Amino acid sequence: MALHFELVTPAKLVRSEDVHMVEVPGSEGAFGVLEGHAPFMSTIADGQMRIYKTAGASPEIITVSGGFAEVGDNGLTVLAEHVED
Amino acid sequence: MASLKELKGRINSVKSTQKITKAKQMVAAAKLRKAQAAAEAARPYAERLTGVMASLAGKVGKNDQAPRLLAGTGSDQKHLLVVANSDKGLAGAFNSNIVKAALVKARALIADGKDVEFYLIGRKGRPVIRRTFPDRIGVQFDTTQVREPGFNEAEQIADELVGMYQDGRFDVAHLFYSRFQSALAQIPTEQQIIPVAAPETAAPDSDAVVEYEPGEEEILEALLPRYLKTQIFKALLENNASEQGASMTAMDNATRNAGDLIQKLTIQYNRSRQAAITTELIEIIAGAEAL
Repeated sequence: MALHFELVTPAKLVRSEDVHMVEVPGSEGAFGVLEGHAPFMSTIADGQMRIYKTAGASPEIITVSGGFAEVGDNGLTVLAEHVED
Repeated sequence: MASLKELKGRINSVKSTQKITKAKQMVAAAKLRKAQAAAEAARPYAERLTGVMASLAGKVGKNDQAPRLLAGTGSDQKHLLVVANSDKGLAGAFNSNIVKAALVKARALIADGKDVEFYLIGRKGRPVIRRTFPDRIGVQFDTTQVREPGFNEAEQIADELVGMYQDGRFDVAHLFYSRFQSALAQIPTEQQIIPVAAPETAAPDSDAVVEYEPGEEEILEALLPRYLKTQIFKALLENNASEQGASMTAMDNATRNAGDLIQKLTIQYNRSRQAAITTELIEIIAGAEAL
């Protein structure tokens, strides 16, 4: 019961882990992704991404810029050009 | 016949050359490992981006409103040759192989009556290309200030290329770099980067309906420059690994040649010394007999 989440930059694979939910700053508004989300693709705006390890846990914040998010059968993949922890 | 002192001097000078080539070889070996690791780390991003590109380009690419970066300008008169070289030498034929490939392409294009312009990355290719085509070098991208070309450089190059493309400076861009196969083999490679050659879709997409936000075309439009950056970044990384590989091989050969030379000179040195001793002995014996 977890969402597989990957955060990739051109230089390296930053994250690859199972989390509860991720909030992504989409270019048409932020959206949250839980497990079993329908296939979806969106460009992302520069902003903060919140990663919830478990339900109700305080989120981990990562600043991303330039990229897009893809939700598929194997979870959520965020491709970002620049990432700041 | 060189004198003993001269021979000694030569042996010493070859020995110090050998020290330098050996040091360079070890440095290249260490850097090669790092460069390979960097190329490895960049793979996931490139793979995913290529996958997304393939599925999107397959859907959008067929209609007429495809972005210009994908569809091209409709003409192929003006060609830009992007040649990626290194800033340092001591890498055997690494740089000249890339330049050679670019020059062959340039000659072929000119023979077809096309306009050719060069965009140079790195310092080493410039003199050779300038000798052959003095007035065709457009831009020189300077990488001497950074230790290793990274994503920032790729980004700048891609932005500049897209800008030139939109200004109508060229219709087609080819990228020349060296593909890293092993420390022994680097293959000079030509790749068309603009218009973007859409990657082939590996398998037909699953039936799942993917929702796009904003729209497919907008995403594709945002994606293309990124894809270009990734391609250039990949080329720079491969080039870097190739350079270190070529350097390692070249320096290994140089070290071995220096060793051979030292051996030869030492033999010559010992022979001359022995000859001198023998002559001296003969003189002494002859002198003693004469008494």
